[in-house]
Amino acid sequence: MSEIFGIPTQALFGQLLIGLINGSFYALLSLGLAVIFGLLNIINFAHGAQYMMGAFCAWFLLNKLGLGYGWALLITPPVVGASGIVIERLMLSRLYKLDHLYGFLLTFGLALILQGLFRQEFGSSGLPYPIPNALQGGQNLGFMFLPNYRAWVVVASLTVCIATWFLIEKTRLGAYLRAATENPQLVQAFGINVPRMIMLTYGFGVALAALAGVMAAPIYSVNPLMGENLIIVVFAVVVIGGMGSIMGSIVTGFMLGLVEGLTKVFYPEASNTVIFVIMAIVLMIRPAGLFGAQK
Amino acid sequence: MNWKRSFYAAAVFALATSPTYAQISDGVIKIGVMNDQSGTYADLAGPGSVVAARMAVEDFGAAKKGMKVEVVVADHQNKPEVGSSIARQWYDVDKVDAIVDVPTSSVALAVNQITREKNKVLIVSTGATVDLTGKSCSPNTIHWTYDTWSLANGTGNAVVKNGGDSWFFLTADYAFGHSLEQQTEAVVLKNGGKVMGKVRHPFPSSDMSSFLLQAQTSKAKIIGLANAGADTINAIKQGAEFGIVKSGQQFAGLLVFLTDVHSLGLNVAQGLLLTESFYWDLNDQTRAFSKRFAKLHKGAMPTMGQVGVYSGVLHYLKAIEALKSDQGDKVVAKMKELPTDDAVFGKGWVRQDGRKIHNMYLFEVKKPAESKGAWDYYKLRGTIPAEQAFRPEKEGGCSLVK
Amino acid sequence: MTQATQQAAAGIAEREREQKQHRIAFVLMAAFFAFGPALIYPVFLMKVMCFALFACAFNLLLGFVGLLSFGHAMFLGMGGYVAAHTAKVWGLTPELAILCGAAVSGVLGLVSGLIAIRRQGIYFAMITLALAQMVYFFCVQAPFTGGEDGIQAVPRGKLFGLIDLSNQLAMYVMVAVIFFSGFLLIYRIIHSPFGQVLKAIRENETRAISLGYDINRYKLLAYVISATLSGVAGATNALVFQLAALNSVHWTMSGEVVLMTLLGGLGTVFGPVVGALVLLAMENYLAQLGAWVTIAQGVIFVICVLTFRRGIVGELMAFFKHWSR
Repeated sequence: MSEIFGIPTQALFGQLLIGLINGSFYALLSLGLAVIFGLLNIINFAHGAQYMMGAFCAWFLLNKLGLGYGWALLITPPVVGASGIVIERLMLSRLYKLDHLYGFLLTFGLALILQGLFRQEFGSSGLPYPIPNALQGGQNLGFMFLPNYRAWVVVASLTVCIATWFLIEKTRLGAYLRAATENPQLVQAFGINVPRMIMLTYGFGVALAALAGVMAAPIYSVNPLMGENLIIVVFAVVVIGGMGSIMGSIVTGFMLGLVEGLTKVFYPEASNTVIFVIMAIVLMIRPAGLFGAQK
Repeated sequence: MNWKRSFYAAAVFALATSPTYAQISDGVIKIGVMNDQSGTYADLAGPGSVVAARMAVEDFGAAKKGMKVEVVVADHQNKPEVGSSIARQWYDVDKVDAIVDVPTSSVALAVNQITREKNKVLIVSTGATVDLTGKSCSPNTIHWTYDTWSLANGTGNAVVKNGGDSWFFLTADYAFGHSLEQQTEAVVLKNGGKVMGKVRHPFPSSDMSSFLLQAQTSKAKIIGLANAGADTINAIKQGAEFGIVKSGQQFAGLLVFLTDVHSLGLNVAQGLLLTESFYWDLNDQTRAFSKRFAKLHKGAMPTMGQVGVYSGVLHYLKAIEALKSDQGDKVVAKMKELPTDDAVFGKGWVRQDGRKIHNMYLFEVKKPAESKGAWDYYKLRGTIPAEQAFRPEKEGGCSLVK
Repeated sequence: MTQATQQAAAGIAEREREQKQHRIAFVLMAAFFAFGPALIYPVFLMKVMCFALFACAFNLLLGFVGLLSFGHAMFLGMGGYVAAHTAKVWGLTPELAILCGAAVSGVLGLVSGLIAIRRQGIYFAMITLALAQMVYFFCVQAPFTGGEDGIQAVPRGKLFGLIDLSNQLAMYVMVAVIFFSGFLLIYRIIHSPFGQVLKAIRENETRAISLGYDINRYKLLAYVISATLSGVAGATNALVFQLAALNSVHWTMSGEVVLMTLLGGLGTVFGPVVGALVLLAMENYLAQLGAWVTIAQGVIFVICVLTFRRGIVGELMAFFKHWSR
């Protein structure tokens, strides 16, 4: 059996693998979003812009300071994360008592500002960022050519995802964090600085977006608009996974990468839309998402 | 800033001298540059087109001739409603006489309609749809720089003749992508080539790897990119990553601008075949022009869309000078009558259907080793003579052609 | 007087003052649109009226039922496409074309409403976004929409087969009539018993249920009305500009209407009109500033959320209320 629905099995394997690679981006991005939502109840619409900032930061390090990809991986997340902390302190912290809607609108506005500023400064046709030398080339898997860089993306993304999940769901720190969002007064009473914890959590979520941006820089165009259309897809991933569920968004990220990969073979025109179809169906059947707890 | 000073000088001078151009409504010729100042097409048209328009006014010597010419700018944000309301407002309230540039087909077609209604002049440079000189042609519109047909024809012909006879199309799933694909396919088939397959990707798509893999399995020699902007850039970038070019397949960009190559870098873009109507390093005239342009525009060399604005505005002013009137249809008729000649496209003419005719060129992107520095990106692979570069007048179905 | 009657009297006085305020505001608005064309470019004002109607329809849902739809562009866009198509290809007169557009948007509202209405808050927003993305996909694929070229050169036609709408004044009057009828309809709905139930649902859904209201039916009806009026706005807009194109179905349009409503004043009657006017004026008159338009919009968003969450009209009303005491 060498063909499935008229597609050679070999090609299908290739497409599934590519789907998995894209899925790892979705997972990484939705992870940050899910952390921010699950723990802070903020719908962070600026996530796409922060992802874009990560890519630009990497470009800046390489072209202005001569620091390569490895440094970018180390430096970018804290830098962009710090910018997130500033935003949290100055703006978001005033909105916690209000409806979700306002956080969503505020970050929507922030996304517009950030994208506008980068467009004004760097134009819109994008900037080049080379694949680091150590990760050039690729492996011939027989059914497809797998670039080393893509393999690295999958491995790195999985590692980060699992580490984050472990941190939040299995460690003492994570337990404090979850407790702090459930009942801030009580946790505060135990002598834990809740506002600082929340601030750092937002910074962490933003840093995850920036990390995804650095990983994306060598394969996508480093472009002020790179996050604009991705953001609603990533939102869909988080919603399907169940808002706030860390594991949900990781699994859904990878899964939707696969589904999208298959759609690109059978009905490529619809590959941007298929995620929304799934989202509508999931919300009809399981309102809280696949992994979300029913409230 | 040089142009600014000379522009003010022109204005003051025009006010001081006697108005010999009595036929010009309200005494001022107002040219509106309408394009995407901030979005996807901002680099290949955008502020650069405004610089080009002002250079044309300066080179025409409006001040010396006692004509008062003003250049105004607007961002249509790639939204047809915004473009259409700006156009109406320009014509009705601000007394704009001509609109130039207009990328994005939907906006160009909308402005085309309004310009005809108000009897003004539209010179499309960055807009690509071939309908402007076909079923939507108008006695008030000239399509200046290129169109989808000429790109498809230029690249398609040359590539097939050089042995690239089997194609796979990567098409942006929207009207522009479809028409590029269909026109190129027709050229490929006519020249005895064959099409091994095609895939239509949503617009925009950041990840092309899946489609590239499909192109790879098709074993076609040439992967035709019937898309634009970030989609093309991503496809080429990821093609390099997946070893598409190394394994013997070659990309043919159907709409690639110099700024796209600049954004890709030669490392990734090398070997890409593409058609353009202008490159800064063609001859002494284009070099001199481009250096002047770069000085006024953050050191960036002009794209064909931007020089098209220059060339179009220059010819428009010449026609007004000859006619001593700025009435839309008459000016366009005069523009069709006068031969064109300028530093960027050399000699040419405007056809009855509103198509400006000049040479098109097939370029190959240089290897990094061959490039002598910034913006030294193309080598000339062939010239498509003006007579063959554009769709024959009869095939367009334009009602102005008898 | 007992306390209860005192309270009732105070309530009546309050309502009367509010009605008076509304009457003054309405007269001001009518005067603005009646005399505006003398000072401001009429086509721009027509656009403002179309989008004001769109924002008012959206506000009916968000401000008075508390449902944030993040897919309202689908109704605007579909209304526009259908009106453009019927006017251009079928040769319908403008009023019929607009009716067709409204009807299709209404049906789309019914279908999507049946799916979306069962969810609340962010899930409602997301499901409407999902549906709008599907509609967007349909509009890209369907042959009659002309892809990203859109439907161009739509004839304005003759109203009732008699009045030629290529006349600017006639067109203006028609748009104004449509806008004011839509506006008054929404006003009427808000202040009807039906509107009271909607507000009760917004305030406390569980209590509304326990009072015996079939809240899903109320929500659905409000959703369909909002969709239909959005369709009317889209259809009228298509005739004004003589085109229908993809950007009015794109999700950023759904975001823009949220911005208009929020900026003007969420849940106020006149807020969306002011919001639409301000936002479109920025888009139109700052058009030469390029990317700065987006930045300015973003800044306004942020300032709105941080400092005056009641929007322009909401803040004004609060100011007068405070001042008159």
